[in-house]
Amino acid sequence: MNQQQKEQYLREYSVLKAQGKPFFPYAVAKDSIMACIVMAVIIAMSLVLGAELGSKANPTTTTYVPRPEWYFFFLFEVLRVIKPPSLVPLATIGVPTIGMILLFLLPFYDRKPERRPERRPIATITGIAVIAAMAYLTYQGANAGSPTAIETPTPTAVVQAGGATRGEFEAGKQVVAQSGCLACHKIGENGNAGPGPNLSHIASRLPRQGIARTLVNPTAPMPSFKNLPPKKFQSIVNFLSQLK
Amino acid sequence: MPRLPKLPAPPLPPPLREPPPRPGQANGKGGPIEEAMEAGITVVDWIDERTSLSGAGRWLLFRKVPKGTNWFYTLGSATMFAFLSQAVTGVFLAMYYRPDASGGAYESIRYVTNEVFLGQFVRGMHKWGSSVMVILVFLHMGRTFFFGAYKYPRELNWVIGVVLLILTMVMSFTGYLLPFDQRAYWATVVGVNINGTGPLLGPYLSDFLRGGSEFGATTLSRFYAIHMLLLPGAIAALIGAHLYLVAKLGTTAPPWQKPVPRSEELHEAEV
Ligand code: HEC
Ligand code: HEM
Repeated sequence: MNQQQKEQYLREYSVLKAQGKPFFPYAVAKDSIMACIVMAVIIAMSLVLGAELGSKANPTTTTYVPRPEWYFFFLFEVLRVIKPPSLVPLATIGVPTIGMILLFLLPFYDRKPERRPERRPIATITGIAVIAAMAYLTYQGANAGSPTAIETPTPTAVVQAGGATRGEFEAGKQVVAQSGCLACHKIGENGNAGPGPNLSHIASRLPRQGIARTLVNPTAPMPSFKNLPPKKFQSIVNFLSQLK
Repeated sequence: MPRLPKLPAPPLPPPLREPPPRPGQANGKGGPIEEAMEAGITVVDWIDERTSLSGAGRWLLFRKVPKGTNWFYTLGSATMFAFLSQAVTGVFLAMYYRPDASGGAYESIRYVTNEVFLGQFVRGMHKWGSSVMVILVFLHMGRTFFFGAYKYPRELNWVIGVVLLILTMVMSFTGYLLPFDQRAYWATVVGVNINGTGPLLGPYLSDFLRGGSEFGATTLSRFYAIHMLLLPGAIAALIGAHLYLVAKLGTTAPPWQKPVPRSEELHEAEV
């Protein structure tokens, strides 16, 4: 907006304002009605949905679902959409940061005097697209379960070895299934495809020590599992190093 | 005992007589209601004489809002109301909460939920109130976006708004950990790790949030202090600045609204 357009706006605005009604009581009445609605909704949600409390936090247990509050789902889903590990930093902080900067600076790069949404097609379409994308990602996030069971065929090598090896394999499968790995990894048909890589054939990519090292000292956002009891830790490593 | 007739009072000399009521005063002394009103006005006068706040109050309340202002304009104050509700319910939760990672935190929330009278209700209001507030912030931002309300002269108000949006999200992120149950714990571990992948500041930010490289007791007390002291104060102050600018600049008229031409305005006034 140049100086003339600014003055034009201020002039039109002062006329509109002079033709308006006083804030009290007209706007205050509407605001109060809205406040009552907000209060009623909060109370109703509290009564109907209550406040649950899960079991106590325990860094050494293995049953957890790493799920944020629902309005962060869309951020978590961005991780799933952007797959290659080299792009993960971009997805995690890059996209939200860029979005935030664009949001911050909006009044400084959109300086046209026009305010009617139908005459600002770029702004309006971008706005609607962002809302649609966030709604879609939130929906996806809400539906992405964190399965706690793995149904993969036991590798033939393990079946042939039988006995203790097979037992350990099954035990490891159990621990992995209960450890929330499937929230971020896919193993066979189970789990979510991302943000972590598919683990169905992890052993052909990563040696045993490599897997153990990843579990102790992973790249974010994967949490470290070094506090697991050693037995469970070993069975996870055992299980994964059989997935050729 | 038979009642004696009331004798007329003896005439008093003029200086001792009560003065006749002043115009506007009903009849000298009013009833208790008038007296109460008088007292109220006196208190307000007393304060105003020392603070001169009545001008500001009049400026705030009797400023005009432009023609065409509709229900979408209530979303901002609805957000503020949700924030106030969070503040009040939060104070009640704080009366019981202990930021003790070795079990005290979980135990105190369990106690509020299961033992305290209406405890679960208040906790539920705080928990769901956060969702309501986040939804309202986004709706309010959508309103100002689609109405072009961020344009001259309200750019600064938009910028303050974006800070409020971020602080609101950080508020719910830090609050989520406080019950210290499994869900809270692991979701926050992952959340802090995600922060750590950010460029440049990322690793520092996640170290700061954790209070070291390990996730534990310091993390909880850090989140607690941020959630209970730092952010509520910052949000309240920024809402103050946001509203000051709203009152000073006035809210926008809806973008479709055109001023009524002079002649019609006169006509309207007659009707
Ligand atoms: C919050 C999500 C998340 C959870 C939960 C998670 N991971 Fe990961 N994991 C990742 C991400 C992201 C990577 C990729 C990191 C990289 O490649 O730098 C990864 C990498 C790995 C790798 C290395 C893969 C490779 O190709 O190099 C292994 C092995 C692994 N995870 C195993 C596990 C196991 C076992 C569990 C459960 C005990 C688990 N993860 C839980 C996100 C997660
Ligand atoms: C804690 C959160 C917030 C509160 C309590 C709040 C409160 C308010 C209130 C009461 C108004 C008056 C007009 C109205 O209600 O629409 C307002 C106006 C405004 N708000 Fe907010 N707001 C918040 C967040 C935001 C956000 C996130 C943005 C955008 C990024 C924003 C941008 C604006 C703008 C541009 C106006 C001026 C609108 C106009 O003049 O028409 N606010 N805010």
